[in-house]
Amino acid sequence: MKKLRILTNGIIRENPILVLVLGTCPFMAVTTQASNAIGMGAAVTFVLLCSNVLISLLRRAISEKVRIPCYIVVIASFVTLVQMIVQAFLPDLNTALGLYLPLIVVNCIILGRAEMFAGKNGVFDSALDAIGMGVGYTLAMLVMASIREILGSGTWFGIEVPVLIDNNISIMVMAPGGFAIFGVLIAVVNKVTKGKAPRKKEFGCMGCPSASVCGGALSCAGDGKEAAAK
Amino acid sequence: MSEVKVIIGIIMTAVLVNNYVLSQFLGICPFLGVSKKLDQASGMSIAVIFVMVLSTAVTYPIQYFVLNPNGLGYLQTIVFILVIAALVQLVEIILKRYIPALHASLGVYLPLITTNCAVLGVCISNVDSYLLADAVFGTSFVHALFNSFGSGVGFFLAMVLFAGVRTRVERCNCPECFKGMPITLLSASILSVSFMGFAGLVENLLGLG
Repeated sequence: MKKLRILTNGIIRENPILVLVLGTCPFMAVTTQASNAIGMGAAVTFVLLCSNVLISLLRRAISEKVRIPCYIVVIASFVTLVQMIVQAFLPDLNTALGLYLPLIVVNCIILGRAEMFAGKNGVFDSALDAIGMGVGYTLAMLVMASIREILGSGTWFGIEVPVLIDNNISIMVMAPGGFAIFGVLIAVVNKVTKGKAPRKKEFGCMGCPSASVCGGALSCAGDGKEAAAK
Repeated sequence: MSEVKVIIGIIMTAVLVNNYVLSQFLGICPFLGVSKKLDQASGMSIAVIFVMVLSTAVTYPIQYFVLNPNGLGYLQTIVFILVIAALVQLVEIILKRYIPALHASLGVYLPLITTNCAVLGVCISNVDSYLLADAVFGTSFVHALFNSFGSGVGFFLAMVLFAGVRTRVERCNCPECFKGMPITLLSASILSVSFMGFAGLVENLLGLG
């Protein structure tokens, strides 16, 4: 039961995007097409799974003081692996994701999970956590990309949607549409869960993308710290 | 003269047209996280400008003189992130030792910048766009440096503008479910619309192709 909870935690209750609001850069940048969202989600999930497993295995070998550089090297190696695979077998996806593929290295979800979960838990739990978080990230990306692609280009996975194909709202696939739809999505999640899901504030520093490197050095305008102190 | 024009074009494109935060979605995490107070926002972005220029100055020659001639292009991601991380640590140590006043105001932001996607992004995109097969090192390196400076200034502009907007937005009376992150993102969206107005500015103003 506890294992199941670790797995589903990332999908709904602690969804990395819609609840924790981590890893937003590629989330908004590549969600102009549903197929890109799946590709990016798969790449992130793969890196997350591999790095979580490896870091969990090495957690007793890595000294506390140099853990962040160690995590970054592990993550960067797996990102390079993914880059090579995508370049070799999926050149179209490589062109579509462009700069955002190497930038998975600095995706806060991956370093955040390494710091918060894999560095403290066993291999199996870490793998489950990675799968849950990865699936949650991919699902959130798919929802966002579907909305943007259907409204903005009038297609879905390249299939034309009647009526909308001739009346597309092209601002939806541009930068402002990304910010706006993301905002509305979070608002909808807040409304539907009606406070049942923990709010971002209650995570304290855990919900902060910079938590792993900051270590509470920055007084984050008061919020978070009080929640963390409780 | 035309070289000056090209450089002005590069800076204006980086600051206004291709603003890193508002049109390329790089560095969104600090944009949403550290923009609550004006002094924090400006401190963070000055540190970002500094680190962006410095890390381009280091990573660009590495790519040109070390990685490319030896066919090690695939190591780009690992090498760049490690160089940036080491560089940021080094800068922090030097500042702490020799310029404690500056360290007191910028020091806390430096470790945060290590994992900032805008910094790695600017290094990689400089290599992608300026380091072409027939590029002369001198000119392309100067262009890359100005591009990183412009990107940093663009980040600064977005952060400072948004910090101003945000102090108002935090106090506004909006529906319960929109409070916090959603309303912040919606206001970022409106700010981003206003930056779309700069599209085509550089071509028309400077007559560049």
